[in-house]
This record gives sequence, structure tokens and C-alpha cells, in this order.
Amino acid sequence: MEERYWQKEIETAPREQIEAWQSERLIDTVKRVYENVPYYRDMMDKAGVKPEDIKSRDDIVKLPFTCKQDLRDTYPYGLFAVPLKDVVRLHASSGTTGKQIVVGYTKHDLEIWDDCTARQLVATGADENSVVHVSYGYGLFTGGLGLHGGAQHIGATTVPVSSGNTQRQLTIMQDFGSTVLCCTPSYAMFLAETAEKQGIPKENFKLKAGIFGAEPWTEEMRHEIEKRLGLEAFDVYGLTEIIGPGVSYGCHAHDGMHVNEDHFIIEIINPETGEPVKEGEQGEIVFSCITKEAFPILRYRTRDIGYVKYEKCSCGRTFARMSKPMGRTDDMLIIRGVNVFPSQIETVLIKMGYLPNYQIIVDTKDNLDTLAVKVEMGEQHFDDVVKEINRRESELAGELKSLLGVNAKVILCAPNSIERSEGKAKRVVDNRKK
Amino acid sequence: MAISQLSVFVENSRGKLAAITELIAESGVDIRALSIGDSSDFGVLRMIVSEAPKAKAALEAGHHLVSITKVIGVEMPDVPGSMAKVIRDASDAGVNIEYVYAFVAVSRRHAYLVIRAEDNAAAEKILLEKGYTLATEEDIAQL
Repeated sequence: MEERYWQKEIETAPREQIEAWQSERLIDTVKRVYENVPYYRDMMDKAGVKPEDIKSRDDIVKLPFTCKQDLRDTYPYGLFAVPLKDVVRLHASSGTTGKQIVVGYTKHDLEIWDDCTARQLVATGADENSVVHVSYGYGLFTGGLGLHGGAQHIGATTVPVSSGNTQRQLTIMQDFGSTVLCCTPSYAMFLAETAEKQGIPKENFKLKAGIFGAEPWTEEMRHEIEKRLGLEAFDVYGLTEIIGPGVSYGCHAHDGMHVNEDHFIIEIINPETGEPVKEGEQGEIVFSCITKEAFPILRYRTRDIGYVKYEKCSCGRTFARMSKPMGRTDDMLIIRGVNVFPSQIETVLIKMGYLPNYQIIVDTKDNLDTLAVKVEMGEQHFDDVVKEINRRESELAGELKSLLGVNAKVILCAPNSIERSEGKAKRVVDNRKK
Repeated sequence: MAISQLSVFVENSRGKLAAITELIAESGVDIRALSIGDSSDFGVLRMIVSEAPKAKAALEAGHHLVSITKVIGVEMPDVPGSMAKVIRDASDAGVNIEYVYAFVAVSRRHAYLVIRAEDNAAAEKILLEKGYTLATEEDIAQL
């Protein structure tokens, strides 16, 4: 199949060209925020760095980091670099872990965003004949309107279903002939399960591609969704603080997500020291916006853990590729001193033939952390002999132990006994006293 | 020769067993015998019922994990010592038993010992050789 691009000359530009754009745009952005955002000026003054110290993209390391706390401290408009009259849209993060944060977009920023998500859509093969079914939530959350903008931008038929009401989603997908599904991976899985339960064959859907993101998921789960919904599943990455979905995007190669480097600079740092790590090494992902007008955040620490590589992709794109984040530093569980990511547990479950319907329960017993994983069984795992079910539990526990390095108790449970989520899945229940 | 047993996964939490038995009741299926095997977090409810497929469908509609398992029903006189004899014979012939339970067929004036062996086919062969009568699906349906 011929590879399709939305902006080929940009997406496949030589590395020197991309770096030249980045240098020029970074210099300009730093100057702009220093002049227009007192909070940034203070931060830079404290760090002893002036706009004129930034002469190329490599000088980015001289700039101080921005953290989520900075966004909370300046709530709501303290980091905006343009007057509110130029802001045409606001979005906010869900604020599950604290006060919500607010970001703004000028008309030009929305155009950038449309291009970013359009590149994602076109990379999946979508065009003006596609029917793009957007099941991300609409509203302050960036998921829904982000993909919506890109879908309209490429001239596709856009279906703004938003999240929730699974029954209606399935009816619309069949009746409207949706060809591209956009939602969280856990919700895609839930849609597939519900369709199967209702005896709707996957041939009733015209789905060709799925654009899934907004939560960590594994390669194994990607294959599972592809099989069950009969589509090709693509990874999309984004976060409200940077722009929303479309910061980076998957292609047919499924070997990392292309960072829209004409708009964002990616860095990988050691989360403890803040120092850059070597190419290909894992660390915390840091982004800087170099073209946005309203909310040009610099060196934002995403708390996502991943790595980046710069070699040209087999799809022809030259944009750097970031790995699927293996989790957020704040999703990381520390169990008896060992770092555990929910995504590692998911990898084991899928490898062992279970569906990724699970819940991780962390507790304390006699001052020691305990880890339990509730996993839903399928019919094929159920047995009338109790010891056979116990054997399966020990088998899974053994696999988890060998991958995670900590003991986990596995509790097999009935299908549908773990609560489903229509947005981001709630995988972890941590009962430890904070 | 084997007979059908309905096996249902029961989570160890209040109300689960009630919900399952109510679904069977509503389906109009008669329970002839039952036993439960349990561990700390769950149990497996095993039943000989009048119409296993019908009860299975009713439970599945209620999103329960159900399977129909083949077990052996050994006919035995309803007198002291007959169960011990069946188990001794089976055991001496090398049958490994996973679980057993028994019930009396009032209309037939005899009892059945339900056996789930590690290898059901081998166990059946041995019991037949020893001269036991094994229940058929029809026998159970007509109880």
C-alpha cells in the first residue's frame, strides 16, 4: 500500500531542515515568553538564562523545566502568552490528581492542532471518504475536539459521538458506516466485548482503522483489539499541556509514534537528575512547544516514561519516534521497593491468554506492601475442578513474579465483575495509607 | 455413558449464590443434586439438573461463568456401605477421583454416586468391567 501523508514535505523533511526549524522557532518562542509571561521571565532570571543565550535547539538544556505544579500555581491564565482577546478556545485537564489546569488556543494554535491530528488520520489511510467516529469525550477534555478538528480538516465525514452510551455507539458505527474509530484502548476493548456479547459479527462494522490513546496500553492489547474489531489499531499520543492528542502519531510501521517536531521538541531526561539520557535510553519525556501562541509551554515534564529514536522510519517519515509510554511516573507503583507499571502486568495477562480486564489492588499487611491482581476469566479458563483454577492462578502469579520481581496474588474472577470505564480505565486501587 | 453436570463459578461474596439459584429457579429447571467445591475467594457449584442446557442459557444471560461438564453417575443400592464399595473398587483399580457426591433417586429406590475422575473415560471402563450400571442422560432426565 502506498504511504499517504498530510504534509509530505514537512513529515519527510531532512533532519537538518527539521533541526533548523526547531532552532529558529525555539529562539523566537523563548523571546516571546520572556517578554510576555512574567512567570517565565522570573523562572529564567532565577536560572540565570536570558533569551539571547538560546542560539539553537541544543541550547534548550539551559532552560528551566516547567512542571504541573507551575500550571497549578499560575491557574488559570498565568502562563498565557497572549491577551485573552486572542484566545478562541480553552481546554482543561481532568484534574484527577489535584487542581485542574487550563490551556488556551489562538486561531493559529487550533490550525496547528488540526494539522497534527490530520497527520495522524492520514497516516492511518483516512481521507475525505472516511467516516470518523470520535468516541473521545467532548468538552474541556482535549480528546474529542482534537480528533474532531483533524477529521474535518482532511474533509472526512466526522461523527462527534463523544463518550458513553455503548449501545448507541454500536448502532451508530453500524448504521453510519464508521471507518475510523477514535477512543481510549480500554473503551475499544469494551465496545468489542459488548458487540460480541450481543452477537454482532465484526463484519457488520466497516471499521478500517482505530486511533487509540490517552492511557497506557500494550502492544499485546493493540493486537487483541485489531483481531476483535477487524481494524488496524494506531497509537496516538498527546497531553493537554502540550496541545492534546496529536503531539505524536502512529503509522503503519507501528514502531513508535512520530513527534510533530516542526511544532514540538522532545527530550528524554533522567527523572532524578534532569540530565538528558542517550538516544534510545528510557527516561522521562519532556516537551517544548515552539509554534504555539497562547500556551507555549517550555521543557514541560510529562511524567511519562519512554524513549526516542531519530532514525528514518520505514514509512518514510523523518520525525523522531517516541515509544509508547510504559506508564507515567505517577502511575508507577512502588511495591516493596520495586517499580511496577500496570502495563507490565497487562503484558503478562495477554501473553497468558487473558483479556486485559484486570484490577491491581495494593495494600499493606504487617507493614509490608501486598500486590493482588484480579483478572477476569474467560469460558476457556473455567474448570469444574477447583484445584485447576488454583493452578491457573499460581501459573499467572509465577509469570508475574518472573517479570516484575515481586510476588503478586492472582485472583481469577467472573467475566464482567470488574467495573468498566467509558473513559480512562481505573486499573489501580491503592489502599495503602499515604 | 457420562452424564451432564452444570458447573457454575461463584464468587465468594454475599448474594452471589442467591442470584445463581434464583436464575435456575426462574428457568424452571429442577436441581437433582448439588455439591460445592470452594477455595478462599470462590467456589464451583456443581449440579445435576433436569435440563442442563436450559439452565446454562439462563445463567449465561445473567453473565455467569457456566460450563457443562461430563461426570459419571454410578447406580448403587440405597443401603449402608454401597458408596464405600464403589469408591474402594474404583480406587483399587487405579482411578484418581477429583470429587464425588451422591444423591438418592426416590422414584427408583436407589442412589447415584457422581464421580469426576482425572480420566473419566478410563474410570467408566473400569466401573463397567466391575459390573456397575452407569446412568445415562435419559435416566437423569426421567428422574
